[in-house]
Amino acid sequence: MATQKIGAKKLRVLPGFKLTLGFTLFYLGLIVLIPLSAVFIKTSTLTWAQFSHTVFSPQALAAYRLSFGASFFAAIVNAVFGLIVAWVLVRYNFLGKKLVDALVDLPFALPTAVAGITLATLYAPNGWIGQLFAPLGIKIAYTRFGIFIALTFIGLPFIVRTVQPVLEDFDPELEDAAASLGANRWQIFWRVIFPTLTPALLTGFALAFARALGEYGSVVFISSNIPMKTQIVPLLIMNELDGFQYAKATALAVVMLVVSFLLLLAVNVLQWWSNRYNTNNLA
Amino acid sequence: MKTFLKILLASSLAISASAKEIKLLNVSYDPTRELYTEYNAAFAKYWKAKTGDDVTISQSHGGSGKQAQSVIAGLEADVVTLALSYDIDAISQQAKLLPADWQKRLPNNSTPYTSTIVFFVRKGNPRGIKDWDDLVKPGLKVVVPNPKTSGGARWAYLAAYAYALETYGHDDAKAKDFITKLYKNVPILDSGARGSTITFAQRGIGDVLLAWENEAHLALKEFGDDKFEIVTPSLSILAEPPVTVVDKNAKRHGTTEAATAYLNYLYSDEGQEIAAKNFYRPRNEAIAAKYAASFTQLKLVTVDREFGGWTKAQAAHFADGGTFDQIYQPQ
Repeated sequence: MATQKIGAKKLRVLPGFKLTLGFTLFYLGLIVLIPLSAVFIKTSTLTWAQFSHTVFSPQALAAYRLSFGASFFAAIVNAVFGLIVAWVLVRYNFLGKKLVDALVDLPFALPTAVAGITLATLYAPNGWIGQLFAPLGIKIAYTRFGIFIALTFIGLPFIVRTVQPVLEDFDPELEDAAASLGANRWQIFWRVIFPTLTPALLTGFALAFARALGEYGSVVFISSNIPMKTQIVPLLIMNELDGFQYAKATALAVVMLVVSFLLLLAVNVLQWWSNRYNTNNLA
Repeated sequence: MKTFLKILLASSLAISASAKEIKLLNVSYDPTRELYTEYNAAFAKYWKAKTGDDVTISQSHGGSGKQAQSVIAGLEADVVTLALSYDIDAISQQAKLLPADWQKRLPNNSTPYTSTIVFFVRKGNPRGIKDWDDLVKPGLKVVVPNPKTSGGARWAYLAAYAYALETYGHDDAKAKDFITKLYKNVPILDSGARGSTITFAQRGIGDVLLAWENEAHLALKEFGDDKFEIVTPSLSILAEPPVTVVDKNAKRHGTTEAATAYLNYLYSDEGQEIAAKNFYRPRNEAIAAKYAASFTQLKLVTVDREFGGWTKAQAAHFADGGTFDQIYQPQ
């Protein structure tokens, strides 16, 4: 335990604890907690029967499976390929590297509606890419696969940008030490480099997953929006709103909120557990 | 000198004050973009000539249900021109922005023009689609928007249902079976009429599009009548897209007079002419006769007669657990 400081007061850059805490809570409350609590309050106007009827209806269950499933797989694919992209960007030099680096941020910058329409046009049966697959009988746009592609597209930057700094800071001496101790290339990667990357990968995965879950604009254009098959939960919420059923819409939103929060909590616990041998942050 | 300048300033202010700048927001449904671009220009000219004021009308377009919901949530519409009266009733009930008897305030149930639902097919009609019965053939792909969000989609759904009722002896079970088969043939549910038109015409998906009549004619003009043609079924629904002033908003903006005149002008000869030119069936019989070539005669049924009004139709078909939801229930 730290001993009491005797003598000179410790000088901090920003004002004292109470003020900072107060501001933090105020800001967080205003931007996050009050709007979210409005969702819960609106939902509480439903009876339990109405709530469970809305939230556990076959359409809703199918939508959860699609939303969570597609987001999960998109985030996993992004984790693998995002890692590879980050690796290439950090470890290699090539012509146009800065351009590629900037391109990675494109899914961030693009408005989701633009992304959706572009992907739908590209992968439609008469689109540039879609027409290559159409004779083989493979349909991309307006299927679940199309949704998966859209979610992969918008999630890529998260992984790359969280892994890149960690890779850049990675001490090359550790690799040399491992090689000198007789490790082959796979062992160096799996036992030395990858464990350091795991927290960053998990953070990126969580971010990509969370973004994909809430994605509406890019998915709604490339999806066929057929109930029970290709309806994502945000679309279901919009349908309720259009029928002026505000409480039912917030009920679905509450479910998404709670499940997303639990999943992110799990990812955070996983991250903390995998970080337990990291000696950089010993207090 | 000083007094002269003061008089000059005062008179210039007076002159600029006498020519008012009025801004109106017209919140409309999806396919009316071209209609209102033309109509707004005509009305601005008319109003300037009549009162000397400049009126600028901004447009907002989208699925009828979505637009109503935006107005309820606070979109400052002076005037709403939506696809069905139910959506405007919702604005009245939920946001209390206009009285409940709004529909009686203008002639013809506040509907200056009507439309209907027709079939839009590829040139040469390769699948030989003549009537509603052809739509339930297995393997045929029908493009129509989602009735939960699009007004046009609800009219199309009710038109199909009405056909089934009329043809199969007003048997609800047979009609439900018919509509289930039809929607099993729908590969994509867009959120608005215009989205479905693009899916059909530009992305090349589907064999037939169930479209607003005016939308079908516009698509012919836009995409070329060498690629598509219109097939009129034997029976369709009389779609009455109503218009109304949003009282509280117009009062707050001080635009009640201009907004009321804006809607009244839709019933005038020039307004009806513009509607007919844009393929909306005008109420004015003389102008309807003049444009009779554009509008095929077919049997038209109304929501009131077939379904007992919009409130009943909405509750039975489009509400949670209604017939549309039942179509997608796992068997």
